[in-house]
Amino acid sequence: MSASAVHSLWTTAATAADPISKIDTPKIEYGQLSPTLIVVGAAIAGVLVEAFVPRKYRYHAQLILSTAALIVAFVAVVMLAADGYGTTKARIAAMGAIAVDGPALFLQGTILLAALVGLFTFAERRLDPEAHGTRVDSFAAQAASVPGSESEQAAVKAGFTTTEVFPLLLFAVAGMLVFPSANDLLTLFIALEVFSLPLYLLCALARRKRLMSQEAAVKYFLLGAFASAFTLFGIALLYGYAGSVSYGTIAQVVDGTVQNVNPALADTMGNDALLLVGAALIVMGLLFKVGAVPFHMWTPDVYQGAPTPVTGFMAAATKVAAFGALLRLLYVVLPGLRWDWRPVMWGVAIITMLGGAIVAITQTDIKRLLAYSSIAHAGFILAGVIATTPDGVSSVLFYLAAYSFVTIGAFAVVTLVRDAGGEATHLSKWAGLGRRSPLVAAVLAVFLLAFAGIPLTSGFAGKFAVFKAAAEGGAAPLVVVGVISSAIAAFFYIRVIVLMFFSEPRPDGPTVAVPSPLTVMAIGVGVAVTLVLGVAPQYFLDLANQAGVFVR
Amino acid sequence: MSFPLLTATAVLPAIGAVATAAVPAARRNAAKALALLFSLVTLALAIVVLVRFDPGGARYQLTESHSWIAEFGVRYELGVDGIGVALVALTALLIPFVILAGWHDADPLETGSKRWRPTQGFFALILAVEAMVILSFEATDVFLFYIFFEAMLIPMYFLIGGFGDRAHEHGEEAASTQRSYAAVKFLLYNLVGGLIMLAAVIGLYVVAGNFSLAEIAQARADGTLHMATSTERWLFLGFFFAFAVKAPLWPLHTWLPNAMGEATAPVAVLITAVVDKVGTFAMLRFCLQLFPEASKWATPVILVLAVISIVYGALLAVGQRDIKRLVAYASISHFGFIILGIFAMTSQGQSGATLYMVNHGISTAALMLVAGFLISRRGSRLIADYGGVQKVAPVLAGTFLIGGLATLSLPGLAPFVSEFLVLVGTFARYPAIGIIATFGIVLAALYTLVLYQRTMTGPVKPEVSAMPDLRARELVVVTPLIVLLIFLGVYPKPVTDIVNPAVKQTLSDVHKKDPKPEVEAAK
Repeated sequence: MSASAVHSLWTTAATAADPISKIDTPKIEYGQLSPTLIVVGAAIAGVLVEAFVPRKYRYHAQLILSTAALIVAFVAVVMLAADGYGTTKARIAAMGAIAVDGPALFLQGTILLAALVGLFTFAERRLDPEAHGTRVDSFAAQAASVPGSESEQAAVKAGFTTTEVFPLLLFAVAGMLVFPSANDLLTLFIALEVFSLPLYLLCALARRKRLMSQEAAVKYFLLGAFASAFTLFGIALLYGYAGSVSYGTIAQVVDGTVQNVNPALADTMGNDALLLVGAALIVMGLLFKVGAVPFHMWTPDVYQGAPTPVTGFMAAATKVAAFGALLRLLYVVLPGLRWDWRPVMWGVAIITMLGGAIVAITQTDIKRLLAYSSIAHAGFILAGVIATTPDGVSSVLFYLAAYSFVTIGAFAVVTLVRDAGGEATHLSKWAGLGRRSPLVAAVLAVFLLAFAGIPLTSGFAGKFAVFKAAAEGGAAPLVVVGVISSAIAAFFYIRVIVLMFFSEPRPDGPTVAVPSPLTVMAIGVGVAVTLVLGVAPQYFLDLANQAGVFVR
Repeated sequence: MSFPLLTATAVLPAIGAVATAAVPAARRNAAKALALLFSLVTLALAIVVLVRFDPGGARYQLTESHSWIAEFGVRYELGVDGIGVALVALTALLIPFVILAGWHDADPLETGSKRWRPTQGFFALILAVEAMVILSFEATDVFLFYIFFEAMLIPMYFLIGGFGDRAHEHGEEAASTQRSYAAVKFLLYNLVGGLIMLAAVIGLYVVAGNFSLAEIAQARADGTLHMATSTERWLFLGFFFAFAVKAPLWPLHTWLPNAMGEATAPVAVLITAVVDKVGTFAMLRFCLQLFPEASKWATPVILVLAVISIVYGALLAVGQRDIKRLVAYASISHFGFIILGIFAMTSQGQSGATLYMVNHGISTAALMLVAGFLISRRGSRLIADYGGVQKVAPVLAGTFLIGGLATLSLPGLAPFVSEFLVLVGTFARYPAIGIIATFGIVLAALYTLVLYQRTMTGPVKPEVSAMPDLRARELVVVTPLIVLLIFLGVYPKPVTDIVNPAVKQTLSDVHKKDPKPEVEAAK
């Protein structure tokens, strides 16, 4: 039974004499969906922990539960891949809703590992000064209290800490796992909402600078809601065009190999306007999530306002999930439309690379700077997407894996540099950091050099892979624009390094907090991945290469 | 499998860098000694490479080849030809002197954080640069070369920006600002060059399908790899741009005076005598071999730029008030000669250019290091602040004079041979260019002798009256360099014997033969 049949279920049921017996029992491949199911299950268990476990045990219970869930889910992904589901046994599962194939498994693995590292930064409780004997984390004492109100002051004074961030994180991860593997448009949309809503909430939960955090969340929510609405509208139009929401069927209708899928929609089917507008709207929604120009407006504000651990997680994992979904949409659903979307994506990639790099130069806040840098990187990745070759897919997969660990690591370092007002994110305060804390400054320098794409870091290997794929895919001008914007981008990464190492420390400068092993682990993993992928990327390139084929 | 000698010459300084950086903060003398030890062992290994190299043998010797990133068609391939082996030896030779000359350059002034370890960092960075430079001289895989060509910018950048002259005419604050300006300028110029080269490297891969220098050159020679004329020219320009920034060639040279002026004297030597050589070396190895037709196409423009570099660098050197910037402009002039020799496409020209790279390394090191000793005594880089030094410190003045005379290519000192060869080689094909380039020599005499006259002769200035002469450590640095300058000036055969076969090979890559002497043609 195909997905299109599901959606004509009601018409069939109404005409059938014995409706119940005509409906097949849905066949769900639990094993192949296990990574997602484990994370969802743990998230629900996390909600129950919030409800029933005494407050003082919650932190440890949640931390252990989330860590275990992410690790087990990752093991499940590895086992599926080892079973050959990434290559020979790639298939479409859950009644056509989910694809289990190389790109899906590779991206799920990346998201799970990134989430695990992100989780460590979420759980960090040694950076903020203790409030009345309680160690507190980066999240609001009581999310429901109005910023500046008496109830908030009371909550802070009492040293409240909340642990709902852990189930929220897991729900977001679950949505992200489904997003790149969604094989019909409705699943895509549901996954989009499942991972977006927890992120909107998480953005609002900063312990310090709460107004800014809430402003960021509202902006993210409003713009995100618009983007979701666009996506949904696009889905409706595309359904009108193809008579189905299944990726495979739409692709066939676009190709012209199948016609007249759904007699009920005979009036609209095959109307190219619906196809073009619908596809454009869906792609727009996805470009919003990856933060490509001109849909990037939310990025700097949200990155700056959100609690830094959330920013790091979001910057890494959202990008992985959204690029995965974009790849599948463009490669599986719309390859027949390639000659229409490629010129548009060329334009988007060019303005994204240049726009992100140029605007970043003027930034004075490290989080905003990294936000614009992430926009520029989205542009580099788009150059690989445009290649429309198997190499293009694998280069994007590799880039995403490399990029996410650098990003989480960089934001984790940002959480360490603090003054009386919390994190000292203004760049002027970072002057001379290299003198005071050479190690922290050196680690951030490694991440910045990786962002800049200096050889022997993962950033270079990734950049080389996408540019090579783009050049081979006939997009040589994009490569030229890419290297020019890399040069521009190098300028502002270098500026931070200059500030840290060659400027005199300010007497009122920030201090570097000594983190718990959790953050140390997050940063250590970031550095290790950055260097290993830079010096010996062969194994991971192979992995990405094997994973580079979509199931149709 | 035989012992990977070439890998060892690079791995050793790399290990040295890590070991030096790991020395505890208080034991800075141990760090210095460790760095010196590693640089000396590297020198010993380089000598073994030099001895094992057979000038009459295969083109690339002591080769190593391992799979590295199969996905990109990248192999870890090393090998040296005569040109490479000479430059590896030069690098390994100069680093111990750089370390010894910079012995006190990175002693911390103030006790900052207990974890702030500038001394360890300084020497570790020098060794890191050595490792990367040596690897880029040895790499026969374009991608491998590119990686180290780019990566060496980072330690170099920290050396320029993090360590500078203690004294500055406008105070410590201004010195720090100018230093980071110089470091950023250095990095941005070279990074832009490198990124443009990256586009060309990717383009080369798309055209050729692999990165092996030997394979691509072979495929080009026997016609299996056809490149469209426009493609070849674009790729050539991408590569050449990066090398011209590094070399540096007018008008891409402006980072060099800043970098050399603000860096300490040993680091300035590292820039001009070692790192910049990678640029000219790469022109010979990559531009000519991979893109012979495009090289010939671009020759007229490059020769004109080289001549402009020669004359312009020399003219600006005449006008400098700052000793280190003067040496920097003199170097720009000399790099013009090297590039002129390479693109004259004659065997004398290219042998001369290679010999010039070696000699310029030694002579600039001698001049710049003595200048550094002088500057550290008086705490000023301005020529006007000195006078009559030869009466107070005769040995210092004497060595300074020899370094200066080498820079102006006095016969009997090593640079003369190479400059002569370059000019002869150029004159054989482009007489007009050769004649203009000769003005560079005249101007060189002017700026060197005026520099000597203003600083060393005349009445003794009160500020320099108590200036001590060269110390034992400084003598150890200068003496071997001067001995080498004289030896190679009188007897350059050991170097030319190694270099000549490789030059012949390179010339045959571009299908150029030496022009027949005029007399013979007239018969």
